[in-house]
Amino acid sequence: MKYMLTLYAAPEAEPAYGTPEFDAMMGEYFGLEEKMKDTATFLAGEGLQPVQTATTLRKRDGRVETMDGPFAETREHLGGFYLIEAPDLDAALRFAAEIPAARYGSVEVRPVMEY
Amino acid sequence: MTPQALLSRVLSEDRGRLLAALISRVGDFQRAEDALQEAAASALVHWGRAGVPASPTGWLLRAALRKAIDGYRRDTTLARHRDAIAVLAEEEAAEPDPQTVPDDRLRLIFTCCHPALEEKTRIALTLRSLCGLTTPQVAAVFLDVEATMGQRLSRAKAKIAAARIPYAIPGPEDLPERLNSVLTVVYLIFTAGYAQGPATGTDLCDEAIFLARLLQSLAPDQPEVEGALALLLITHARRAARMRQGETVALSDQDRALWDRALLNEGLAILDTATARRRPGPFQIKAAIAALQCQTPADWPQIAALYLGLYRHETTPVVRLNLAVALAEAGSLPDALAILAALEASLTDYQPYHAACAEYFARAGDLTKAHAAYDRAVALATPADAAFLSRRRAHLAKKKAEHDARPSPTGRYEGTRARSSSLREFK
Amino acid sequence: MNYMILIYSDPANEPAYGTPEFNEMMAGYTAANRKMQADGVIRSGDALRGVETAKSLRITAGKVETMDGPFAATREHLGGYYIIDVPDMETALSYAALIPTAAFGTVEIRPVMNYNPTGNPTGN
Repeated sequence: MKYMLTLYAAPEAEPAYGTPEFDAMMGEYFGLEEKMKDTATFLAGEGLQPVQTATTLRKRDGRVETMDGPFAETREHLGGFYLIEAPDLDAALRFAAEIPAARYGSVEVRPVMEY
Repeated sequence: MTPQALLSRVLSEDRGRLLAALISRVGDFQRAEDALQEAAASALVHWGRAGVPASPTGWLLRAALRKAIDGYRRDTTLARHRDAIAVLAEEEAAEPDPQTVPDDRLRLIFTCCHPALEEKTRIALTLRSLCGLTTPQVAAVFLDVEATMGQRLSRAKAKIAAARIPYAIPGPEDLPERLNSVLTVVYLIFTAGYAQGPATGTDLCDEAIFLARLLQSLAPDQPEVEGALALLLITHARRAARMRQGETVALSDQDRALWDRALLNEGLAILDTATARRRPGPFQIKAAIAALQCQTPADWPQIAALYLGLYRHETTPVVRLNLAVALAEAGSLPDALAILAALEASLTDYQPYHAACAEYFARAGDLTKAHAAYDRAVALATPADAAFLSRRRAHLAKKKAEHDARPSPTGRYEGTRARSSSLREFK
Repeated sequence: MNYMILIYSDPANEPAYGTPEFNEMMAGYTAANRKMQADGVIRSGDALRGVETAKSLRITAGKVETMDGPFAATREHLGGYYIIDVPDMETALSYAALIPTAAFGTVEIRPVMNYNPTGNPTGN
């Protein structure tokens, strides 16, 4: 079963780039990704650039409207995601708990639609 | 001329062109701007010591390229920038002459006005990059604190780099829409100037006309660019007549001797060139409306038809309001009142809406509703418009006292038309 | 350059399963997928099940807390995503505009972070 793990965190709660804490966090992410790959769990995963780089688009009456910024202004921002293959929700949640963002933000786990 | 005076003249005239050339070479908006800033600082030192160079612009371009190389070298992740440095070194060695390097300002304006940036940011970035306004001057335009505006500008440049907003002229498929985005920014700059006057120390009307002329020279044969330029010139030609002793003067009451005939004729000629291309668009329609409004008597049925055409491009309540006004003036008062009734919810805080209601309620004989609408319009108006509206209201009160149910329909309120082009329309 | 396209919509505005509008939307997705594949820009993409199937998790003082439901309750829900590899934002926007949900929902486009070996987050 495929699950999508979406990572949310307030930017000020994240370790700052250049600090030992940041390096430790990156180490954890790389380690987790290795572990997911070793267990054939990892399907895809990306970190996103900050919400200030986001552009939002809607099409109404055939016309494209673009807006500067993310879809929704939230205190915690979507910062990245993993797409994993896991036997059940508990297994997916176990991986989610290993994601550093779970400690200073939130991780949402949702099953992917199968057509 | 002192080096300082020469430098500020060169920067006010050529900053946009230099910046555009630098961005295409340096590949990064912020780095290019920093490099130009540093080059300007060293120009002051060098020109004072060694004398003014033969080509100050060329000197600045080469110095900025060297500063950009230094900037890349200072960056700790040098390996990533090796290619960029090599390209820049080659450029610098070739001693580029700003008079012969291609004018990249069209690419720059498309980037500054990209729809992925907030509208206010597009305006600010265009004024800063193309018009050469300083950050404090741009801040003053928006009544912002300088630091806040500085942050807005640097966030925009960071987004351009991070999201990779292209530094390019859009392809034919995207061009009409992207060009409309650029022309809208130019138009908003103009209407901001029209509303403020030269009070902020920067004449935004002149800046907008400068941009429209620049676009016309860089993107010739584009009827919408010509339409926008014509619209600006025709409107600007009436500038001296639109206020009298601090009060807005209705178009029909304006002293036509005060109109700038040369500017008006230039605008009308450009509009003719545009319409002859048979590729109509919203700016050409707006220019045609402005042109018709200059005639006596104005051809209101034709103006109403044009607003109907404009509504197909811009389905906004303000365009519908203007259509209602044109219909009323063309003699279709019931149609106009029906449109006004339908617009009440969407334009409840829009002064020209209430001014139009007041006028046409009065014409329809409903003096009580007309008076209430004037009260609302005056409460929402700028001082100059309030003076005009108060006088109309007093006139109505007098008529009412005389039990005359039909006040004369003269003195149509020009604010409705002028404000139709204000910032609200594009929200 | 990789961009993530996030697709949001209000379930109330989505065409219902089995209606011609639903089939039209699915055909629109198929057409968008085919174009992205033919142009060689698509890296991945999925639709998510409804937010009622979501669980959220955070760790507070070392303790794992799970909650039922999505991270944030918004009127429009995250319903799916694409990752595409295109030269610039302009191109990314042109693919985003092909997504049928853009016509009744909202689509967000964000550049993806690249990590170089030193862990320095950059845009390139």
